[in-house]
Amino acid sequence: MTFAVETEHLTKRYGDLLAVSDLSVGIEEGEIFGLLGPNGAGKTTTLSMLATLLKPTEGTARVNGYDVISRPADVRRSIGIVFQDPSSDDILTGRENLYLHALMFGVPKDERDKRIDYVLNLVDLQDRQNDIVKKYSGGMRRRLELARGLLHNPHTLFLDEPTLGLDPQTREHIWAYIEHLVESEKVTVIITTHYMEEADRLCNRVAIIDHGKIVALDKSSALKSKLGGDIIRLSVRAPRMDKLKGLNYILSMEQKGNTLRLTVKEASKHLQEILGTVGEADAVEVRTATLNDVFLHYTGREIREESGEGGIFERIARTRSGH
Amino acid sequence: MGELEGFYALWYRELKVFSREKSRIVSSLFTPLLWIIVFGGGLGSAISLGGVNYQVFIFPGILTMTILFSSVFFGLYIVWDKKIDFFKEVLVAPLSRTTIFAGKMVGGSIDALLQGCAMLLFGVLLGIKYNVIAVAISFLFMFILACALVSLGLIIGSNMESVEGFQLIVSFLVFPMFFFSGALFPIKNLPTYLLVFTALDPVTYAVDGLRGVLLGTSQLPVTLNLIVLTCFAFVMVAIGTWSFKRLK
Repeated sequence: MTFAVETEHLTKRYGDLLAVSDLSVGIEEGEIFGLLGPNGAGKTTTLSMLATLLKPTEGTARVNGYDVISRPADVRRSIGIVFQDPSSDDILTGRENLYLHALMFGVPKDERDKRIDYVLNLVDLQDRQNDIVKKYSGGMRRRLELARGLLHNPHTLFLDEPTLGLDPQTREHIWAYIEHLVESEKVTVIITTHYMEEADRLCNRVAIIDHGKIVALDKSSALKSKLGGDIIRLSVRAPRMDKLKGLNYILSMEQKGNTLRLTVKEASKHLQEILGTVGEADAVEVRTATLNDVFLHYTGREIREESGEGGIFERIARTRSGH
Repeated sequence: MGELEGFYALWYRELKVFSREKSRIVSSLFTPLLWIIVFGGGLGSAISLGGVNYQVFIFPGILTMTILFSSVFFGLYIVWDKKIDFFKEVLVAPLSRTTIFAGKMVGGSIDALLQGCAMLLFGVLLGIKYNVIAVAISFLFMFILACALVSLGLIIGSNMESVEGFQLIVSFLVFPMFFFSGALFPIKNLPTYLLVFTALDPVTYAVDGLRGVLLGTSQLPVTLNLIVLTCFAFVMVAIGTWSFKRLK
């Protein structure tokens, strides 16, 4: 198996804080690989090291066969990146942005126009190519940057939170474009995200990353089935936990105030018995496991609990001030 | 080849931005024009210096001021660039930092030079007569000064984290560089304290050089001015390249 990206004990330290800890992972050619984790988990730091924007403290990685430490220029030529924040020039037109990119990434002169037309077509921006980027919507701008990331025929495309800050409809749109790009360009794609739906929808394999470590890595469906059952959420005033513990098809239980969260084998079959055992329930919800449940299972908390915009630097600030 | 195209890309970008932000150009020429028309005109009605009207006397100084402000601001703007927009994309390109610095520096210097050009045209209205050689040498002075000062701005900008320090730099660096340069007074018979600062201010040599070229009344030989200015530019470019290599 050839790996598009292979990391070996990749580590990044900021003072006392371990942003990325001993990461060893192989990402196969042609797959869409997701790094899923809350803000500050080390996703962007990992991506920055792979893109040679940051030097690893320890360990190394090979991207498209090139070592990130010894051959950064080759790595850069072989990858495309779409940043979290907009990085196109809003005073220039869409086409001019692509033209500059083609110059800087050494797209041969006789291929430039053809290639620009081609990627514009991929993201449906031909009609707006001569408009100034300032006039683009958030989604259009992201599409332009996707096109730009692909312009120089990279083998691997990095997408850092590709739909952050977009409304749900536009997000759907961008997902469709990403799927389309992968299909037609045959690139390996690495996505960082903290949206469960995004990882679930797009990725072949998902690595759940928390505090700089991979805590689980598999196909999203496999991760879900590892939980071994469905989820039942109950709102019960006085749950009889001791009796529930006697039911061997309940795989795990969690209680938070009045809310009870059970992972149950074949939930619909056993629902009646559970309801009979637990006591008077105000509300019941039965559903199949989602990536969110997987995340909860491995990290002990919901991804949404990590609220706020706290990135790695806020975590540094927190460790420095002793929290 | 790749580096050359990258350099061209960076310069092309600056030119496009320059041609589209017309309001910026107009406002950057407005202040110097106020100096010449109001300050020069007002004081000029009472004094003449070095055998010419005061308004004409300060013209090379105000020309230098135009270059000074637009160059330093262009460089400082990188603080902003670093965080958003296009520059992030530039930093991941497979280009050497020397190329990136050169593209940015030449791009900004040509912007400044074009503004200097517009001012030079205004000089004709003041009745200053230039010949082709004077214009050519003036261009040389303006370009070298711009290279040095864009580099200075880029050095400060690439080491700054936020735009909050901007005002500080304007008050404690840009304005002193302007006032000590002798743009508004002859650098002859100055009190010692003023002479020291004036001699240390690299902009002085641009003002004196341009005054020599355009009005024929410099204190130092034009060639000496050019040499000092060129040395300053080399140092700034070297430090600037080094700063860019350290840039994340």
